[in-house]
Order: sequence, then structure tokens, then C-alpha cells
Amino acid sequence: MDTVKLTIDNREVEVPKGTTILKAAQSMGIDIPTLCHFELEGLDIHNRPGGCRICVVEVEKRRNLAPACVTECMEGMVVKTNSIRAINARKTVLELILSDHPADCLQCAKNGRCELQDLAARFGIRENPYMGGNHVQSQYQVEVSPSIIRDMNKCVMCRRCETMCNELQTVGALSAIERGFPAVVSTAFNQHLDHSPCTFCGQCVAVCPVGALTEVDHTSKIIRAIADPTKKTVVQVAPAVRVALGEEFGMEPGTIVTGKLTAALKALGFDYVFDTDWSADLTIMEEGTELIGRLTRYLNGDKDVALPILTSCCPAWVNFFEHQFPEMRALPSTAKSPQQMFGAIAKSYFAEKINCKREDMVSVSVMPCLAKKYECSRDEFKVNGNPDVDYSISTRELARLIKLANIDFASLPEAEFDSPLGESTGAGVIFGTTGGVIEAAVRTAYEVITKKPLPKIDFEELRGLEGVRSATIDVDGLKLNIGIAHGLRNARKLLEDIKAGKCQFHAIEIMACPGGCIDGAGQPLHHGNSDIIKARWEAIYRADKEMPIRKSHENPSIQAIYKEYLGEPCGHKSHELLHTHYFDRQTTVEVDVDKK
Amino acid sequence: MDKIIIKMKKEVREKIIEICNKFNNQPGELINVLHQTQDYLGYLPAEAQELIAECLHIPTAKVYGVVSFYAFFTMTPKGKHPISVCLGTACYVRGAEKVLDAFKKELNLEVGQTTEDGEFSLTCLRCVGACGLAPVAMVGDKVYGRLAPDMIKGIVAEYK
Repeated sequence: MDTVKLTIDNREVEVPKGTTILKAAQSMGIDIPTLCHFELEGLDIHNRPGGCRICVVEVEKRRNLAPACVTECMEGMVVKTNSIRAINARKTVLELILSDHPADCLQCAKNGRCELQDLAARFGIRENPYMGGNHVQSQYQVEVSPSIIRDMNKCVMCRRCETMCNELQTVGALSAIERGFPAVVSTAFNQHLDHSPCTFCGQCVAVCPVGALTEVDHTSKIIRAIADPTKKTVVQVAPAVRVALGEEFGMEPGTIVTGKLTAALKALGFDYVFDTDWSADLTIMEEGTELIGRLTRYLNGDKDVALPILTSCCPAWVNFFEHQFPEMRALPSTAKSPQQMFGAIAKSYFAEKINCKREDMVSVSVMPCLAKKYECSRDEFKVNGNPDVDYSISTRELARLIKLANIDFASLPEAEFDSPLGESTGAGVIFGTTGGVIEAAVRTAYEVITKKPLPKIDFEELRGLEGVRSATIDVDGLKLNIGIAHGLRNARKLLEDIKAGKCQFHAIEIMACPGGCIDGAGQPLHHGNSDIIKARWEAIYRADKEMPIRKSHENPSIQAIYKEYLGEPCGHKSHELLHTHYFDRQTTVEVDVDKK
Repeated sequence: MDKIIIKMKKEVREKIIEICNKFNNQPGELINVLHQTQDYLGYLPAEAQELIAECLHIPTAKVYGVVSFYAFFTMTPKGKHPISVCLGTACYVRGAEKVLDAFKKELNLEVGQTTEDGEFSLTCLRCVGACGLAPVAMVGDKVYGRLAPDMIKGIVAEYK
């Protein structure tokens, strides 16, 4: 590999050609401050507009200061990252950004986690010479959607959200609009997110350095529901939460905290603490049966059968195809997501069991996701206006609740999930990462089709963090072609292949967030450190290995509910409770017939 | 959460599609497409931007980003007699701001607005290349030079 030698802060360093000054400095332990720059290494996600100029450094023989995040190292370059000129320029840049930013840090949802606040502290900003002048501060209204709160007065135009929305997700809801002080990132015509192609994946929120994009916070509603003696509170926890929540309490990324998490939910006062892994197992029974059904019809010569079957667990992905590929909405499985399956069962089967009226039950989900907030508000998941899941809170919100309730998370003794909706398998756990849903489905489909036990449970060929993956699984002579995509740009690629008739897959798993739910937008902020995501990814498979049962159809509590309540997978009762339908939500411009 | 259908007159829709086709529906030609569409319609209403986005296969937000960035593009329909006051350096130092104020007062308009009857709209521009005549304003294609605030009433009256 070609390398270049240069000097940074009087120390020599040799780096591969094409390395930026920022990266080279980082490799030497020199921490140049950044703001707009954002990168998730290994997941091919980067925002490098070189726009904010917080990272400027002095380069000998260069007239102006160089932005370290986009300037490549050259042979013999002499860089000073801490010269008076660089330090002063950086401070001025920060003061100018702050002059157009509200100083309501104490009431800001990002208080304590804001990258701009950190910079102000680091640079020792005590007063701002640019404040109090004639500057016009932009006045945008705070906008609340089911998942995301946008306060564009706080936008610093780093454009990270725009990159996530357009490049990672190819959703195109957000773009930089206007110029000068009113310049922000917004939707077309500044309309409400509800009227845009937004999928509520929330990746914009996950990378926003300031409080411009935050999640809708339901913590106070949860506290009220728990305190209400007339309500029974039922909580479910998604698989990816247990490998990330610990980070909020100073634990190493990748620590599995299932037992403490359960204990914390009980200490908070929830009446029943259940597991979304349980309904993930249920999802496999339904989605797996649907897959086998469609495959059998196909193999029997029915060429009209909707294949490939696409997974439908990820609500942002559902929003994506409803907006962008509505003509293909017959392909995804009709199975509801595990969150919604759980909600439907909690307010029917379980409510009957404990003799509780639907209206008296408050069903809460803890999710690594912001789109789940939107999902549970969808009309088709309500019965007479009463939602199957009343509130969906993020991993971050749960951490806030635990802190608010004076619970010392680290010293909690471990507890178990309640029965019957708390028993789960390793197949349920791996729903938390890319490739997991399809692996869980294959584990069950294999045994159902062949009626033989799996020779090996771990399908390594389905695992990994590459954006698009594929594998062929030999199911006793039947070659099952599986596709996997995470990040909606990768989903788009596969959908376009299907459209063009170039797709050889029988089944495809899609997750909207990079890495799947482990990097969902409701997870603890990773601030661009992809090692955190990798640690969570490994933890998911560790958690799977630790489970005594690792195949969904072997879950005794799942077998029991089919026996006493649901009947057959994809049967009449299942269809009523566990399946859904999709909508065409595309925006099109058509001829107005009345006006000619 | 149903499909959103935006209605548009047939001939407008066909014309915009024709403009996009002329530029091979290339995303890189967005600014040219917007130019010609604004030439045709006099402004760029939201539905025109939606259609352009559809034709060029780019997000509507991107189209709106460009429209809202450049002062030349407008989402408000121009009046029958568009008035542009030059605020270039030469005009400015010779009192263009007072001329602009006189137009605002006479028409009861802010910059970027159009009168309710659709007759007049008011915008500013930078230099029409007639600095010798500063301060300058244009009504439609006609240039008025060496303006003073007390002349404005008379100019507006010519078009009433």
C-alpha cells in the first residue's frame, strides 16, 4: 500500500495514501474536535461535508487553514493542530455557530449529550462576542410527529441527518432548505413529517449532534399509568435492548443485561414483565408457515405466487415500501411485527386470562426503535380506538425512567421474565440484528419441511454486517435462496432487482437500520463509534447460545398458545390477531379531470 | 394514510413533462428544468415541484431545497406587471432603498409579494447593467432610470 510521511504537532507519522489529517491525528492520539463530521466505519456511512470548520488546522506553506476532516495527508506535510491561529479560528467558528443557537441547554432534551454543548465546554466559552447583535435567529415551529420531534431553531446545518435520510436510507424526506440564517434541514415545503416520505426510522435522530432532532418522550405517561391503581401495566422488551441498555449505566458495550433489565422493570412497578422475544417466536411460527405455504405452492407449479417473501418485522421498512414501492406490497409477509403480535395477544389472550378489560390494560413496549412509536399508533393496530400497544419507549427513555426512579441498575439482582409471555428461545433473541429473523425462520422451516432435526443450529452464512448478503441453504435437497439487506439503500437495490426480474431469492430479510435493531435509533447514542455496534452484534449471538431452547417451534409456551387459543399457525384466529395488510402511500401528480 | 394524489391541469402537466424530457430527465439538469418551468408558469407551485421530482427521480425535498435556496425562484405567482427594483451597489448608493420604500408604500406590498388582484408583484435584483441610470427599476421589460421616490406614483399609474 502506498503511504505518505508527514509531521503533525512536531511528530512524524506514516499513513496510507488518502488518509485525512483527522484520521492520521487520531492514530497518534491527537484529538482534533469535529462537529459536522460523522462516520460509522465498517458500515460505509459517512458525512464529510467539511462545512462546519470546527476541525481547522494550520498546514505549513498553505495560505488558509485546512479542514482536517476532508484534507488528505500529503508527503512532507507539516501540520499544526494546536497553533494559536488554529485555536482562535476554531473558537471563532464555534462562537458564530452558537450565536445562531438557542442557549436553553438546561431544558433541552439533549442536555448532557449534546456535541455542541461539549465543544462549548471544551473551548471554555464564557461569553460570545457575536451575541446581542442584529443577527436574525431563525424562528421555526417545533414539530411533533408520532416518533420524532423537530426543533429546527437548534439545527446547526451539519447535514448529518440529510446524509442518513438520502444516502443511507434513500428515503429523501429531508434536504437542506433556504439560505443564510433561515437555512436548516427540512422536508419539502417545510411540511409536517407525516406528509413526507419519512419512514420514522429515526437514523436522523441517532446522529443529530444537538437537540434539533429528538424522540417523542413517553416517560411521564408511563409513570402515570404505573401509578394508576385501576390500570394493569404490561411491558414487553425487544431483543436488542438487552445488549445495549447497560451502556447507559457505564457498562461495556455488548454487556448482556437481561436479568437486571427485568429486575428494573419490576422495580419500576410494571404488573407484568414480558419479552418481545416470545412474540418473535410467534412471528416465526406465522411468517415461517407463510413462507412454507408460498414455497410449496411455487414448487407445485403455481407461478403467480408472491415470491420472494419479504420480512415485515421492521416498521420503518414497512413505511418504506408503502411509500416507495407500493406496487410490490403483496410480497412482504402479512405477519405483524413482534411488537404488534405481542400487543394483540396481551390485550386478548392474556387479558382474558387475568380477567382484565381491554381499556384497563396499558400495554408498553421497550424498543431500540423510534419507528415502533409510529407503528403502534397506526389505526389497523387499534380495536375501537384502543391501541394494542399504548406506548412504545426507546432504550434511552427506559434508562431515563430507571434513573428517575432512583434504581441503581448496576447493583440490581437479576430477575426472570414473567410467565406465560416471557418464555423465549435463542431464535427470538437474534431478531435483534441483521440476518437474525431469517436465521430464526430457517431453523424452524428446515425442521417443519424435512421433519428431521437440524444438523447444526448456527447458520454462520447468514450472519455478518455487509449491507447485502446472500446464502443458499440446503433444506434436504431443496435449495433455499436467501437474501438479506440492512439499511434501506440496500433494500432498494434488492427491490429494484425484483422489479427487473433479476432476483433469484425465495426469501429476503430487510431491516431499515444499519446492523439491524442493535443500531436502532432508540438505542444509546454511539456518536459514530462502530465498535459499539459490533459489540452489541456479538452479544446478540452470545445471548442466543446461552438459551436452552434455540428454535421457535420448540418454545413450550408458544406450543401451548396454539393448543389452547390460536389453533393452527396462519389459521383463522391467527389471521384475525396476528396478520395485517399494507397501504399505497405514494404521492403522485395526476391530471385534474374536473378542470380539464 | 392513503395515497396522496395531487391534481394538476392536463396542459400544465404535459408541458412540465415535456420540459423534463427535453433535459432527458437528468437530475443534474434540475436548475434548467426549474428555470423553464418558471418561465412557463411564472412561478414554481408545490405541485410543479412534486411533478419535477417524479420525472427526475429525485426527492421533492431536494427540489424544494434548490427552489428555496435561489432568490430567483419563487413559489408566489408574479403579478401581471412584475416590478423589480435594483439594489446593486450603484443604485443603492444613489438611493434605491428610498425608491423601493416608495413602491412598497404605493402598492402596500412587501418584497416577494403580489397584490391581491394579481396586477403587481415586487422583487429586488442586483444590477441590470444600467448603472449610469441609477437608481433603476424595471416594470416587466421596461427600464426606468434616474428614479426618485416622488416619481413612483406616476409609474404605477401607467399600468392601472
